[in-house]
Amino acid sequence: MSRLLLRGGRIVDPSQKLDQVWDLLIEDDRVEAVGKDLPQDSDTEVIELTGKVVAPGFVDMHVHLREPGYEYKETVASGTAAAAAGGFAGVACMPNTDPVNDNRAVTEMILDRAATEGSVPVYPIGAVSAGSKGEEMAEIGDLVDAGCVAVSDDGHPVATSFLMRRALEYTKMFGIPVIDHCEDMSLTARSSMHEGTASTRLGLKGHPSAAEEIIVARDVILAELTGGRLHCAHMSTAGSMRHLREAKQRGVAVTCEVTPHHFTLIDEAVSSFDTNTKVNPPLRGPEDREAVLAALGDGTVDVIASDHAPHHADEKNVEYDIALPGLIGLETAVPLACEHLVHTGVIDVSRLVELFSTNPCRIMGIAGGTLEAGAPANVTILDLDRQAAVDISTSRSKSRNSPFDGVLLRGWPAMTIVAGMVVWRSEA
Amino acid sequence: MEDQQPDSDDPQAAGKKEGQDMENDSNDIQVEPGPGAAALKCTDLLGIEYLDVEDINLILDTAEQFKEISQRPIKKVPALRGKTVINIFFEPSTRTRTSFEIAAKRLSADAQSISASTSSLVKGETLVDTALNLEAMFPDLIVMRHSYPGAAHLLARICKARVINAGDGAHEHPTQALLDALTIRDHKGKFEGLRVAIVGDIAHSRVARSNIQCLTKLGAEVVVAAPPTFLPLNVESLGVEAHSQLEPAIEGADVVMALRIQLERGGRLSFPSQREYFNLFGLTKERLSLTAKDSIVMHPGPMNRGVEIASDVADGPTSVILDQVTNGLAVRMAVLYLLAGSSKDVETAA
Repeated sequence: MSRLLLRGGRIVDPSQKLDQVWDLLIEDDRVEAVGKDLPQDSDTEVIELTGKVVAPGFVDMHVHLREPGYEYKETVASGTAAAAAGGFAGVACMPNTDPVNDNRAVTEMILDRAATEGSVPVYPIGAVSAGSKGEEMAEIGDLVDAGCVAVSDDGHPVATSFLMRRALEYTKMFGIPVIDHCEDMSLTARSSMHEGTASTRLGLKGHPSAAEEIIVARDVILAELTGGRLHCAHMSTAGSMRHLREAKQRGVAVTCEVTPHHFTLIDEAVSSFDTNTKVNPPLRGPEDREAVLAALGDGTVDVIASDHAPHHADEKNVEYDIALPGLIGLETAVPLACEHLVHTGVIDVSRLVELFSTNPCRIMGIAGGTLEAGAPANVTILDLDRQAAVDISTSRSKSRNSPFDGVLLRGWPAMTIVAGMVVWRSEA
Repeated sequence: MEDQQPDSDDPQAAGKKEGQDMENDSNDIQVEPGPGAAALKCTDLLGIEYLDVEDINLILDTAEQFKEISQRPIKKVPALRGKTVINIFFEPSTRTRTSFEIAAKRLSADAQSISASTSSLVKGETLVDTALNLEAMFPDLIVMRHSYPGAAHLLARICKARVINAGDGAHEHPTQALLDALTIRDHKGKFEGLRVAIVGDIAHSRVARSNIQCLTKLGAEVVVAAPPTFLPLNVESLGVEAHSQLEPAIEGADVVMALRIQLERGGRLSFPSQREYFNLFGLTKERLSLTAKDSIVMHPGPMNRGVEIASDVADGPTSVILDQVTNGLAVRMAVLYLLAGSSKDVETAA
């Protein structure tokens, strides 16, 4: 039996409405207690955390680990190492691998890799449809039995209203959410950026906000019809926020996430034709960013997820139109949120923990998201005052596609603990 | 600019030096832009967006002086002797490509043209690799047309050669806007107070984007007219007045510019038929009676006669369409000349 005492940190755990400078005692892989001046015996390892925030382990519920099939971009090993270094004690990985995670064999392979090579736990998300082709339903029951915590055809929307209806109905058996990438593809063909003032100037074909909002509206209506659980991924527009706020007020079982790049950058960033600004959904207009910030503040948004999407340099060092969309985000998500949300007063620290830990764990129905006695000893420790510039060359990811290289941010993860073990510790 | 100290890295100094060489070579072309105005503030010509009025006027004034060369029996000056110009066109082009090629040759540069059908692109080579290979042959200037916006920016980031954007998708076509400006200046003598109507597929047109920027910078009032399916979102943000009917746009206009309907750039479902387009937006003599006295009609080519413009207008007395082509040569000579003398820093190991 091993004991670890995290002493003197500010323990922020919204699941217990807790925000106190206290101690946290871990016994083996479980939380033993939180409290003031917890006793320690001689064989207890002590870590002094004065001035640091101690929170239930953060979980990034939208990550592309690329394994199997695209190991040149990322692997379970490299992706989870990046997660640990970003303060995440767990990640959920999207099924758009090759082959697609639409069957038990792929799910088990990912979990096996995570168990042997992973730095943090991996929660696979299975496909809604076979091959994510939008035609036949995948064997969702078998996927859940193998360890999938949700289903999604991410990268694409659930193709038809009919399939979405069936998926929302069928998943009620398992209590898992259907995660949708909301995009009306008929409105976004050949688009490279948000349709707005910047696309008008740059001559790049625009992806209109309406393309996202149409599918959000469809999905909300179907969630209401079926009583199924809907989670809208990477919401990026003012209209989406309006639809979701209204749906939540009516009691529809819908949750949603936003990404750090959508609450920090806008479409003007594309003016340089830097392909690291190409992402789907695209960086939106200033009014969309404002609406995302407002929705983070008022509780409409449930989760911050990175949509970590690694790509090889060769896939980005091309013309903007043919560059693959996506950016890496595991190691910048937390500092971007600290800088742009906490230090600006958009949200407080407790809400930050809710967005990164409490809510993703609740939505996916996984253990964690709390520091109650008996909970898994997954802990994220933050240094809100540390100021440092992003240095992408030091990323644990296999890829380097980030538009944030060199950006100075305040508030960084300091330590990541998984099942009572320190899996990453900041050198700073 | 007057207070700049010339030094060896200064494009202004390099430009002057080039001018002196030309004088010494004594083929009696008088291109002396005068002290303090001899250099562009950019080392690549990627778009009108990156030029200021001073740059634009320098190019137009230089072009004005180059016009005369093409009237000589021996149409050649040694200004760019020993310089290598590569024209690489990833999209079909007759006018622009020929114009750049002849412009380079009239300045005595060695010009090589490559088209997509003969390039390695068809073998799957990336633009970056193509550029690095061309760069390994030490060209001084690379002129590129490409179907994707920003392609010239990518090239300029990795090449020491000066890059001239000869059209990047629907983004910019700066030399077209410059030759249009020169043509307007020739006929109107000014830009201030002019009303210029651009008619047609604004959404997919690099000619429109460059012309809007150029003409508004020079002080003209620009109006655009097109079916709403051809007007990009917030087109007014470009500084233009927008109309979804032709008549109010061309009423009182001093210049009317028709754009080519470009079905290859994704005009699907933008208008039902060419016949209906002509009925609503085709430039006809009757409609042009609404314009100001002595108005001129322009078209960047290639024309679809009977679609965006009636033949009797295209060939009529108000048409300056072939003047545009002639001016294109002078403008491209000016741009090649002004950029050839500049030096640039590039990222290493792109």
